[in-house]
Amino acid sequence: MEIHKYEKVWLAGALLLIVGLIATVSYGAVGAGIEMVGDEGGQVDPASLDEHPKFGEPGTYQTGEDEYDVYVIAQQFSFEPGTSEPIRVPADSTVTLHVTSADVIHGFEVVGTNANTMAVPGQVATITIEVDEPGEYGLLCNEYCGSAHHAMEGSLEVVPQSEWNESMVVN
Amino acid sequence: MATFVDRFPEEAKVVQASFAVAFIALGIGALFGVVQALHRTDFLRIIDSVDYYTLLTAHGVLLALVFTIFFLVGLFTWAVARSFDRPLPDIRLTWAWFGLMTTGATLAAVAILAGLFPEIPMSADVLYTFYAPLQAHPIFYIGLAMFIIGTWMAGADWFLAYREWRGENPDDRIPLQAFMVLTTMIMWFVSTIGVAVSVVFFLIPWSLGLIETVNPLLTRTLFWYFGHPVVYFWLMPAYLLWYTVLPKLAGGRLFSDPLARVVFVLFVLLSTPVGIHHQYLDPGIAEGFKFIAMTNTMFLLLPSLLTAFTVVASVEHGARQRGGEGYLRWLGALPWRDPAFTGMALAGLMFAAGGFSGMINAGMNINYLIHNTLWVPGHFHMTVGTAVALTMMAGTYWLLPQLTGKTVYSRPIGLLQVVLWFVGMVFMSNAMHRGGLLGIPRRTAEPQYQNFDFATAVGSVGEIQAQIALGGVLLFLSVVIFLFNVAATWAQDRVDTPVDDRIPEPLSSSSGAPLVLDNLALWTAIAVVLVVLAYTLPLASIVTDGGLLGNSPAFPVSISVQPVVDAALSTLESAAPGVPIDVHSTDAAVDRLTEVIR
Repeated sequence: MEIHKYEKVWLAGALLLIVGLIATVSYGAVGAGIEMVGDEGGQVDPASLDEHPKFGEPGTYQTGEDEYDVYVIAQQFSFEPGTSEPIRVPADSTVTLHVTSADVIHGFEVVGTNANTMAVPGQVATITIEVDEPGEYGLLCNEYCGSAHHAMEGSLEVVPQSEWNESMVVN
Repeated sequence: MATFVDRFPEEAKVVQASFAVAFIALGIGALFGVVQALHRTDFLRIIDSVDYYTLLTAHGVLLALVFTIFFLVGLFTWAVARSFDRPLPDIRLTWAWFGLMTTGATLAAVAILAGLFPEIPMSADVLYTFYAPLQAHPIFYIGLAMFIIGTWMAGADWFLAYREWRGENPDDRIPLQAFMVLTTMIMWFVSTIGVAVSVVFFLIPWSLGLIETVNPLLTRTLFWYFGHPVVYFWLMPAYLLWYTVLPKLAGGRLFSDPLARVVFVLFVLLSTPVGIHHQYLDPGIAEGFKFIAMTNTMFLLLPSLLTAFTVVASVEHGARQRGGEGYLRWLGALPWRDPAFTGMALAGLMFAAGGFSGMINAGMNINYLIHNTLWVPGHFHMTVGTAVALTMMAGTYWLLPQLTGKTVYSRPIGLLQVVLWFVGMVFMSNAMHRGGLLGIPRRTAEPQYQNFDFATAVGSVGEIQAQIALGGVLLFLSVVIFLFNVAATWAQDRVDTPVDDRIPEPLSSSSGAPLVLDNLALWTAIAVVLVVLAYTLPLASIVTDGGLLGNSPAFPVSISVQPVVDAALSTLESAAPGVPIDVHSTDAAVDRLTEVIR
């Protein structure tokens, strides 16, 4: 098969681009340590979340010095916590979010960041984020979940260390 | 000189009928599109936000499935009859699949549109992806299943034509257009197994109440097993036109037949074992499986990058045949007044931009920034919404005369139409991409929130919304003009030579292509092995973790406004926690609304 010289050059460039793209993602995962959603979260029964040791009382749990776990339930059409009261985490901490759904598939997006995951009934999504400056972030559902999907929102509050207190954690 | 309709009058009728269904779906889908563009940007809200999702479901199903695939079956029927130079084996079989597909599409459309009428107890507001456990009316799933089975019968029809042709031409190379049709259908047979299993074994029995629960991650994964190859099913008709028709329109001929075959074989091999890249953010699927899907996805860039080279080289050759010279001045020698050429060229240009935004989507970690944001529809309105849709509309200006024996009603109007589409899409898609970077979600009737605003680096949210609304209006206008031009063409009288329908031989002919490229059984076998490798372990772990039938009961899509009222109340409470809400009067309001619905 005859391949034109210019086409060979183009082919080589294309392969280089492809390998380069895979390499940047690999570097991001291994080198820069960007955590992605996998299967570590395990499974839950969406019908009996109230009997779950953590989702039974969703909210922020302290797990170590400057380390927290946040359990969030997404349901038509609110986040708990998140909607009626904000998700609260202290500044300068490492936070692992555990997100699941009590009914249909939802999205969990901290607006303007890459903290973004699907909430699938029966599955627990976990993402670990580094929290620095105090501030307030918007929270929204980015997967269509029913007729009032557009009303499903909330907020995530990064509380200054000085104002952080025990009433903000469940345990 | 005899054109297609004279040589194959029966086949021409099927192709015309398929195009007619496609264009009706295009008109309705585009109307819903402009209503959504104006609604979500808050310029004009003529519908209830609950009904937005009904229109969104209809927009997705009618455009992404009905318009594209009916155009495809028409185009492929034309290509098979034309390139084998023989009629289809049995025209009754051809009409049978057309009838089944049309019935299925109509049932699904009825189930969706019934959602606009509260008095009809039927709704399918589950969007084009129909993720369980949101549940649509059974008619929606049954219609989809019939539609898919119809496409399988169409594929069988073309393979039977191939068998007949092969019987009489045992030593010939498969003609290029027929090769493209057959390889595309192999990919389709392999990839639709996923959605067929999901719909027939799980969703239909579940919506009929025969089984109680489903495993939402399993049905979702089976959907995406089909949901990525379907984008190549949309794209392959456009590629067929870019490879075999565009060079001719440019005044030349295809650069290389063998490389065109290589490209289609690569799509057979790589289209399916990539679907998990739509599920990078899904829990319950290990990172390793996502990484494999990403690697396959990145290699799938290769056939499209090769296509870019071959198509541009062929067009440049055409320009030089027409007297074009210089490094770039040859561009001026191209037939820019021809709507078929200009439409396809602009579609290809936008596909390049869409390809780059697709590389971002495919990056497993960058994806987190844009997943389920407005970026994603921004991307696919450039790819399926322009590379495919605009190529199909432009191709119609060259194909319809062959199918009807009538000249195009107005080529200048056609030129205006394709340019209008391109301009409208530039406005809409750039704004959608930028909106997505701010975190503005897709699939949302009212992207305005109580708790926060979206922060912009360049421009403003208002400017982004204005561009989306303007783009949407221009795109709708373009469709209206297209449908007018097509209808007026159909109403013309027949002439002897409506269009120059000859397709010249490629510069490098098929004789230079290795024989193995035509070994369809081999490529099918390798494709199946790759799918088994990519999907066995993820599917096994999803079933082991969550059970074959899972534990998610049905959540039928609501046709009441009760949940909206509840959500509004909870938002009010969260927005003003100190202010007691008059529960009594809101309860009364809910009662009244519920009464209205009954």
